[in-house]
Amino acid sequence: MSGVRLSTSVEPERLVKTHCCFCGQQCGIQLKVRDNEVIGFEPWEDFPFNRGMLCPKGVKRYLQGSHPDRLTTALRRDSSAESGFTAMPYADAIARVASEIGRIQEAYGAGAVAVLGGASLTTEKTYLLGKFARVCLKTPFIDYNGRLCMVSAGAANKKAFGIDRTTSPWSDMVGTEVIWVAGSNVAECSPITTNYIWQAREQGAKIIVQDPRITPLARTCDLYLPVKPGRDAALFAGVLQIMIERDWIDHAFIRDYTAGFDQVAEYCSQWTLQKTAEVTGVPARALMQAAEYWGTAKTSFLFHARGIEHHSNGVQNALGTINLVLASGRIGKPRSGYGTIVGQANGQGGREHGQKCDQLPGWRDISNPDHRRYIAGVWGIEEQDLPGPGVDAYELFRKIDRGEIKALIAMCFNPKVSLPDNAFVTRCLEKLEFFTAIDFFLSDTAWHADVVLPGSLQEEDEGTVTQVEGRIIKINKAVDCPGDARPDWRIVQDIAGALGRPAGFTFSEPRAIFEELRVASKGGVADYSGVTYEKVTQQLGVFWPCYSEDPRTGTPIDHAGTPRLFEPGSYNPVAKGAGPFYFPDGRARFNVADYRPPVDDANDEYPIYLTTGRVVSQFLSGTQTRRIGPLVRQYAEPRIEMHPRLAVKLGIADGDWTTAETSRGSITLRAQVVTTIRPDTVFIPYHWGGRKSVNQLTVAAQDPISKIPQYKVCGCRVRRADAAPDYDAVLEPQQ
Amino acid sequence: MPKPDSLLFFIDPNRCIGCQACVQACSECDTHRGDSMIHLEYVSRSESVQTVPVICMHCEQPTCAEVCPADAIKRTGDGVVQSARKPRCIACGNCVVACPFGVPELYEERKIMMKCDMCYDRTSVGRKPMCATVCPSQALFYGTREQIEQLRPLSAPVNTFQFGDQTITTRVQMMVPRALASRTPHVDVAAAMEERSPSRAVSLKVVPAPGDALTTAVQTDPFAEVEV
Repeated sequence: MSGVRLSTSVEPERLVKTHCCFCGQQCGIQLKVRDNEVIGFEPWEDFPFNRGMLCPKGVKRYLQGSHPDRLTTALRRDSSAESGFTAMPYADAIARVASEIGRIQEAYGAGAVAVLGGASLTTEKTYLLGKFARVCLKTPFIDYNGRLCMVSAGAANKKAFGIDRTTSPWSDMVGTEVIWVAGSNVAECSPITTNYIWQAREQGAKIIVQDPRITPLARTCDLYLPVKPGRDAALFAGVLQIMIERDWIDHAFIRDYTAGFDQVAEYCSQWTLQKTAEVTGVPARALMQAAEYWGTAKTSFLFHARGIEHHSNGVQNALGTINLVLASGRIGKPRSGYGTIVGQANGQGGREHGQKCDQLPGWRDISNPDHRRYIAGVWGIEEQDLPGPGVDAYELFRKIDRGEIKALIAMCFNPKVSLPDNAFVTRCLEKLEFFTAIDFFLSDTAWHADVVLPGSLQEEDEGTVTQVEGRIIKINKAVDCPGDARPDWRIVQDIAGALGRPAGFTFSEPRAIFEELRVASKGGVADYSGVTYEKVTQQLGVFWPCYSEDPRTGTPIDHAGTPRLFEPGSYNPVAKGAGPFYFPDGRARFNVADYRPPVDDANDEYPIYLTTGRVVSQFLSGTQTRRIGPLVRQYAEPRIEMHPRLAVKLGIADGDWTTAETSRGSITLRAQVVTTIRPDTVFIPYHWGGRKSVNQLTVAAQDPISKIPQYKVCGCRVRRADAAPDYDAVLEPQQ
Repeated sequence: MPKPDSLLFFIDPNRCIGCQACVQACSECDTHRGDSMIHLEYVSRSESVQTVPVICMHCEQPTCAEVCPADAIKRTGDGVVQSARKPRCIACGNCVVACPFGVPELYEERKIMMKCDMCYDRTSVGRKPMCATVCPSQALFYGTREQIEQLRPLSAPVNTFQFGDQTITTRVQMMVPRALASRTPHVDVAAAMEERSPSRAVSLKVVPAPGDALTTAVQTDPFAEVEV
């Protein structure tokens, strides 16, 4: 198996202080470098967020660069070649991409070309990609894989607070009285956060975990809420109703700092204890206990992740948590906070500066005339030449299916594995007249490309990302790109140049892109104008908003950033002193967070809930982590996790080949029979492609506001497989 | 920086999340290339996600060294029991059998026993061992006794263990909850779904006495009648 290093004795030439390339925690790490190769790691104990701590992915992440699959040349699709691809000179590949895009835009219009980006890219790259789509390609159709990740939380935050960022640094968690973890498998998806939670517990915090599975965090929690998949909004409404009945709410805070409580209280009144217990599958005594822990605390921290967000009701679920926070009045204060745990490296920064279909840099709105004028000015174009809003990533595939989009440029997005009902996605990829993928490995999606352009690994470029707390940090370059591979932003600029539209795409380095981004974000809600590379390095991170000019007076200031949002008396450019929240009246908004049953819920034909998620040793669609030998060995293949009671009923024993199916597809994997999951639910992790991909089964139902797909629940059927599948014991191509 | 001899290793299985960061980090060390010296096991995955990390406990009177016929296992002055010395070790496996914690392992093809040596290259100069540096739950903690007492008031370090007639004192400390009953030792999904308050009792498979049939002391499942 490749991806294993056996010689660890080689002395490095230097250590590069940077961050892990995987999740949104963005742990500080030092990479050992020798002969333009990353050969190992050393903990970086001075970085304040993780102080040297890492998860297994962080420990082994250094192995990815030396993998033999690393793309070092451009490729073109070639059915006569054994691999399906033939290497081609980089310049020819760029020329081919430009000529195909030019041809398709001439024949079908600018909007026949679409761009897909990713939230693992640096903020500089996401900014450039958004600008590239609107200014160079003149297409409204750009979206990104954060659509599968952050959008429910982002939409809820905007509706409730007028700003979309975790409110407090994680250090506020230690010393709090109660921590509510809603739908977040912290121990496996954001392992570093575990120590913050355990430390809070040592200092007296009660831990509430809401999850259909007993995750490692839930194992020793104070209160476990075994919620039935897809019933979270009902749970929050029921708990808030108990708090209202018992008068465990902060009347003064609600009066002085919020709006809309009465409508929420009226909605919640229908959620009696008994009804809530029936709908959620959580017993009444546990709901009462949760309301008491949460309602009577003086300080608290609540955070959630994809468990409540990956739903066709995802925004409502997130709003339900925010209502609990606002009713408690515990926000904008030390040792109290609210946040969402981002999944990808730049899950926060990647959603702020313009690769979202409806958004311009600085969290500006592409439909707002003032915002359009400002950004058009920064970009040196006429406002009327700036395209309007596009469509979400899944709708973009529906447009491909309908023949409205003919060409696609995808960077850092592997929809063939990561989108639901991925047989449909695969058909769409094959329908395209032209598809180019920019990637460092030939991902499952890139297999369908006409031209593959060799991009950069995280350690081959510099830039900034914004991690889970809203802290902007600096990724430092450790090695050069190998062979013909290029930093991704250079590839984008090369395409713009070859199209004969280089204006605005002649940056010489990431720092130059960042300097323009500072100007573009200035005055927006996500204001980066006071951030410099030097400040980020010196302060070990800068929390946005970070102003270049005092928003009250307009005079230049040296602003350190904003670690904690919404502090009483704080000033923001939207409220202009009216209050701490980002609305003209300075008040946070309660929103009625109504419960709707999941689309394609369990039913007579498909009676078992299917839910999906991650394992600790793999990341996203596995393009990187399925190529790292020691991580593959830790959890080699997906399994179907089920309770022994369900297993007995189905005649399935631990380790048996088992088939799960929905109307969209079926999958045959080995069963893992454990008591740590609800007996009416099965769990399958999603990191694998092809016939091991659980997204063959998931439903493409989306939240009406955020457009996030409903990965976390659908009805399925499970049975003992007739025989082992033919892919049993067949290694995947990259292994 | 505290003096190396005031720094101790503390294991807190209550915190362990089974992520294997320690195992993966340990396998990076040049002295045992590609192999981890940490044992990280599920207690019983079918019933719980509980995992227990085991490193060498660095006994004051190491049984492994006492039973070694080749005198290949040495304890340094600062209390670290070293891995077997290559020229002396005859790979007999006595230590593997004798260690009450099950730590040493025999590497047959290399004809040597290897085990955790507390990252001697790091700890001898006052740095933390690699596993305790990376551990994201800090189930593995390296620091002073004062630090752990200040940081972890809910549990107490223990370093004396009884194995039959043998009393063993170790340099590595095991964190034991001060008030076992006040914490939740075991959460069960089916019990959590039940309206009645669930028992806090831990389900344990009981080793049968000779002559008895195999018995299992598992709680009655309160959901036996619930449809799934």
